[in-house]
Amino acid sequence: MKHELTIGVLGLQGAFAKHMVMLSKLDVSTMLIRYPEELDQCDGLIIPGGESTTMSILIHEMKIRDKLLEYNRPIFGTCAGAILMAAGSNDPRVTTLNRVPVRATRNAWGRQVESFLAPVNLSFDEKPFNAVFIRAPKLVNPRPEVQILGRLENETVLVQHDNVILATFHPELTDDTRIHTYFLKLIKN
Amino acid sequence: MNEGSFEVKVGLAEMLKGGVIMDVTTAEQAKIAEDAGAVAVMALERIPADIRAHGGIARMSRPAIIKAIQETVSIPVMAKCRIGHFAEAQILEALEVDFIDESEVLTPADEENHIWKHDFKVPFVCGCRDLGEALRRIGEGAAMIRTKGEAGSGNIVEAVRHMRMVQKELKALTVLRDDELMAAAKRLGAPFEIVRQVAKTGKLPVPNFAAGGVATPADAALMMQLGAESVFVGSGIFKSEDPPARAKAIVLATTYYNDPQKLAEISMDLKDAMEGLDIASIPEEERLAKRGW
Repeated sequence: MKHELTIGVLGLQGAFAKHMVMLSKLDVSTMLIRYPEELDQCDGLIIPGGESTTMSILIHEMKIRDKLLEYNRPIFGTCAGAILMAAGSNDPRVTTLNRVPVRATRNAWGRQVESFLAPVNLSFDEKPFNAVFIRAPKLVNPRPEVQILGRLENETVLVQHDNVILATFHPELTDDTRIHTYFLKLIKN
Repeated sequence: MNEGSFEVKVGLAEMLKGGVIMDVTTAEQAKIAEDAGAVAVMALERIPADIRAHGGIARMSRPAIIKAIQETVSIPVMAKCRIGHFAEAQILEALEVDFIDESEVLTPADEENHIWKHDFKVPFVCGCRDLGEALRRIGEGAAMIRTKGEAGSGNIVEAVRHMRMVQKELKALTVLRDDELMAAAKRLGAPFEIVRQVAKTGKLPVPNFAAGGVATPADAALMMQLGAESVFVGSGIFKSEDPPARAKAIVLATTYYNDPQKLAEISMDLKDAMEGLDIASIPEEERLAKRGW
């Protein structure tokens, strides 16, 4: 029998449930990841948006860090998840996992009153992606090997490095499944 | 770019799920909260237990306190305004707080009308005791709902009552026929279109958090198991004997609410919780949950 895909969603804090709803629309099974050993059971991992300080503390407290560092299947980090996967951030309160050679600047667009909806241009599809940015970070100084998959004006908002994708916005808050579908393709290949 | 749309407001509420929002009155307390893993802080001049003890009119915090807290932490900063006091809310928006709590903990400014929250770019959270109240606030534009509980009491009983009531009434709506929904909307005193939407999904259209009386990790776990998506802790942390340890324990309990072993472990070294009040000992006219409708 063909192995059915199971996507893990890191469920320490944040918008994990919205990602699970999105994935079930795409007919894949999901599991919440709250303990290090659960990472062995999933074919890919989503690190959702939320507060990166909170997740950083819980990752340390629950000893999940080492497992995340050695996890070599595809990972999709959104917003806070993207900050955690970056090489570093402007904020010493967050310990990043250094999986993608790009730096993250937290809350770079401002506070919540500056949060916005805007169309993102994708490299892999003609139709722009109407994206929700919530107290969003910016990704700066990507190394040349980092592939830029999405831009908002001059800002880099969606990148890929090997089998890791980072988005500074929230595709899970919309009905548009294209970015999750792109991630699932990475896993299937 | 489209700022301040309802999606963007609810978006922040989504990001706060599975987390703990802590009341703080100083920048030092805000730092303790952030270091413990709070997802947001509520900037206040006095915590509810002290408001209750001192009496007098409780108003929006002074801007200087809010500013000091904003400069100290990187997590979202919320602040409370009085029910119906839209001028306080305008000032809080000008201060760029991330969320406004139109709160019964402060002395109401209007006994009839709540704020028309759709007019603001900043999202609002409002308290409720039942589904009708929740849907009225959503109709006015609230992007997050919380139970009222009984703030400053250290007693979880009212929050449990309110959460169970909302869940029970939600379930009841889902089994109604279309031709029964108008009567249900009338009974609930809630906007018909939202009643119809909720009857279909069985869920509030915005996140549903717990507040009012949370004092221990077990209280947080109880509320999460009853269906809360996050927890507000008011007096419970800084009225206890060990705020940093208790704050971290409540953060862990909100994530691992389904794991009794873990809950036992994280509660092991805690000192005394806040003392707390029996609800029956609070005179009817001093019950904060009764404010607003």
